[in-house]
Amino acid sequence: MSMINYASREINCKLVYYGPGLGGKTTNLEFVFNKVAPNSRGKLISLATETERTLFFDFLPVDLGTIRGFKTRFHLYTVPGQVYYNASRKLILKGVDGVVFVADSQIERMEANIEAMQNLYDNMAQHGYNLTTIPFVVQYNKRDLPNAATLKELQAALNPGWPVDDAAKQRVTPDPYHEGEFLVEQVDGTWIERAPYFEAVAMTGDGVFDTLKAVSKLVLKSLGS
Amino acid sequence: MAGASSWSFREEDSNRIHVILSEFLREANARTGMIVDRTGQMVAIVGEEPSFDPTAFASLTAADFSANDQLARMIGEPEFGSLFHQGEKESMYLADIARRVILVVLFDNRTTLGLVKLRVRQTVLDLRQVFEDMFNRGTADEKPPVETGFLGEAEDELDKLFGA
Repeated sequence: MSMINYASREINCKLVYYGPGLGGKTTNLEFVFNKVAPNSRGKLISLATETERTLFFDFLPVDLGTIRGFKTRFHLYTVPGQVYYNASRKLILKGVDGVVFVADSQIERMEANIEAMQNLYDNMAQHGYNLTTIPFVVQYNKRDLPNAATLKELQAALNPGWPVDDAAKQRVTPDPYHEGEFLVEQVDGTWIERAPYFEAVAMTGDGVFDTLKAVSKLVLKSLGS
Repeated sequence: MAGASSWSFREEDSNRIHVILSEFLREANARTGMIVDRTGQMVAIVGEEPSFDPTAFASLTAADFSANDQLARMIGEPEFGSLFHQGEKESMYLADIARRVILVVLFDNRTTLGLVKLRVRQTVLDLRQVFEDMFNRGTADEKPPVETGFLGEAEDELDKLFGA
């Protein structure tokens, strides 16, 4: 629900980083905060516990500058990863324009990933939003760890694709980020669409900007449609 | 638009809000009146310019209000229509407007909570009318928010900011 303020000539878009606990959502924001020029971003606000676990959310505004007369800004939010903070997770999704799901690649965290993904679908549905129609990307974080699951396993578990019923969308669409792979394709006679995915090591920043850039572009595109 | 419904805020909306809030601030002797959207975006600031970061303030206000909404439901209330945070010198009063935006009033010892509450009632009704008009008019007659060329330029800026 991006708000376009014609009076102050501003467009603000809300991006939410979702995912299991300790998966690297806050680390993504911290990297962006440290790398983006200070005049292009605001303060990083963290409502965290004493042990630095996100209690309510982290928040970071990033300015894109003035485009065609409109000051364009992205508001980056993370949600708490821990399940018992579900009430606050749900609140943060209100008015979301784009979602990044940060998955923990470690094989031991597969169940937590699946649970968080299901929880994301549920919480979106409770707001009346449909994850399959809004800008959505998946980030597989911690790719550097020796116990990381393979991409194939992660994609099968977390991003297997949703059916495409709209005939106009039933077109083979290459994945611009992975050669030889497809975002929309026919599998066993059924058309499916998957969210774009990225590999990342948020601690070092690998893949952090690729993910953010991809979801931002999808959100900007949705403004015009 | 994908996701939830979007809304736009025009020059004339801004003017109506400024008139209503300026009058209220004068009558209540309050310092600043702000309108924050429930998703955490600052819509308007009237009166004394705050010394803090309004973007961060707006996101925290929306979170504060949403959290209290849930608390209200837990104790069997549909909502808390207003909230009051009292400080030693500075205080703030928050009121719901049409379930979509929040009025935030900043005031200090030059006035009292009683006076703010007394004056805010009519202000809330007046603002509700402004926002209901705004939401009801829809976006059909709206010029497209982004003209041709916006996307290309925005993508260039993204590449500059986050690396190509």
